[in-house]
Amino acid sequence: MEQTAKKLVTPLGDEQVNALRAGDRVAISGVIYTARDAAHKRMAEALDRGEALPIPIDGQVIYYVGPTPTPPGRVIGSAGPTTSGRMDAYTPRLLALGLRGTIGKGWRSPEVVRAMQQHRAVYFAAVGGAGALIAASIVECEIVAYEDLGPEAIRRLVVRDLPAVVAIDALGGNVYQR
Amino acid sequence: MSMPAPGNQLPERGRTAADRPVSLMRTDARTIAFETIAEAVAQAAIDAARVLPDDVLAALRRARAEETSPVAREILDSLIENARIARDERMPLCQDTGLAVFFVRLGAEARVSGGLLTDALNEGVRRGYQRGFLRKSVLGDPLRRVNTGDNTPAVIHFEPVPGDELTIDFLAKGGGAENMSRAAGLTPAQGRRGVIDFAVETVRAAGASPCPPVVVGVGIGGTLEKAAILAKRALLRPLGEPNADPDLKGLEQDLLREINALGIGPQGFGGDTTALGVHVEAFPCHIASLPVAVNIECHSHRSRRIRL
Repeated sequence: MEQTAKKLVTPLGDEQVNALRAGDRVAISGVIYTARDAAHKRMAEALDRGEALPIPIDGQVIYYVGPTPTPPGRVIGSAGPTTSGRMDAYTPRLLALGLRGTIGKGWRSPEVVRAMQQHRAVYFAAVGGAGALIAASIVECEIVAYEDLGPEAIRRLVVRDLPAVVAIDALGGNVYQR
Repeated sequence: MSMPAPGNQLPERGRTAADRPVSLMRTDARTIAFETIAEAVAQAAIDAARVLPDDVLAALRRARAEETSPVAREILDSLIENARIARDERMPLCQDTGLAVFFVRLGAEARVSGGLLTDALNEGVRRGYQRGFLRKSVLGDPLRRVNTGDNTPAVIHFEPVPGDELTIDFLAKGGGAENMSRAAGLTPAQGRRGVIDFAVETVRAAGASPCPPVVVGVGIGGTLEKAAILAKRALLRPLGEPNADPDLKGLEQDLLREINALGIGPQGFGGDTTALGVHVEAFPCHIASLPVAVNIECHSHRSRRIRL
């Protein structure tokens, strides 16, 4: 962890993903999309109906976060990660559609880890409960889908050097002690 | 089906013809205004979201000083830095500003004027979460899952006490940590060891999800719901202040040692600091029973006490 962070720019391709190893510190820049429980459920229902997803997915990164309301004069409120495991049921399907990265906190299921290896994706852990610190790396925020879900609406964020750790890499390397 | 009203009335059972309503009206009671309570709660909710209490910050700093894992030290530094940014920039410490849990002690010689105490607490939550730009995380029904839009209703525990004061303990309880809490009915034969095993296993199974380093509240005795309430209430004790009962103090120390020996560490990346503290509360129980509950709280342990 005393190493300097690897700079990553989204969307992610094979070259970037393959170079990442569990335990690497990264600084993520570019566009990422927010989605948590309710947005994942709606995306799954859209796919069930044969509809397109409301956001591009190929090469993209999803951040599991439901920020606090944006105070006047700010880009976003507090915006730390939520527990990723609750999204496990939906994640393999999104990985199969080309999702290359997820950002959250906590363990992932063996099914997600296997799907990440199969589709060459990486899981980043951001520091849970550091919502004020992480908000400082978010430079743009716009709601792009499911606005009625409030904090659970899908937002398009532009981030600059969002700090995270590679928790699980595309080879199945895992930083968590189980 | 409409949204259940806060404080749902249960159907009345067990009345007999001999029962008569008793007048509880007092004329000499101290009065505390609805508005005073609502405003105090609103301000407490905003403060709690932005300013980490001194005891929690001190525990994080102590853990940072003693931690041997470089990764864990770096995460603890991030948490201390996050607390500074939140305070200085008046931002919530965490995006999950919690469900409001209250432990309320109302003196027998005090009464609330201008409305019900329950309504005053909920009005305070409504105002604080709106005014402070805090996240509204409460759904009106657990299965239909539609947001109430104002973070009410709160979960409220009342206790009548002697005197004329109103003491309100407010806890902003995040979902990630609450989700990992557990309760069980142990057998008396399982005893102290059984309680330790259950609590340690609960923290182990929770892993990285509840945002370790956690604070662990353990309730032992009573009934299943009593143990769960004790476990939650145990979190309100100043962090690291031991139980006054020497046996329970010893149990707290043993639990903290065994939980930290799990090596989960801050954010689950390994380390010496899995828990910042363990608080145990106990209550008498049935000869057949040994109920135990474990309430897990994240490192962003946000509470406030209001005295009126």
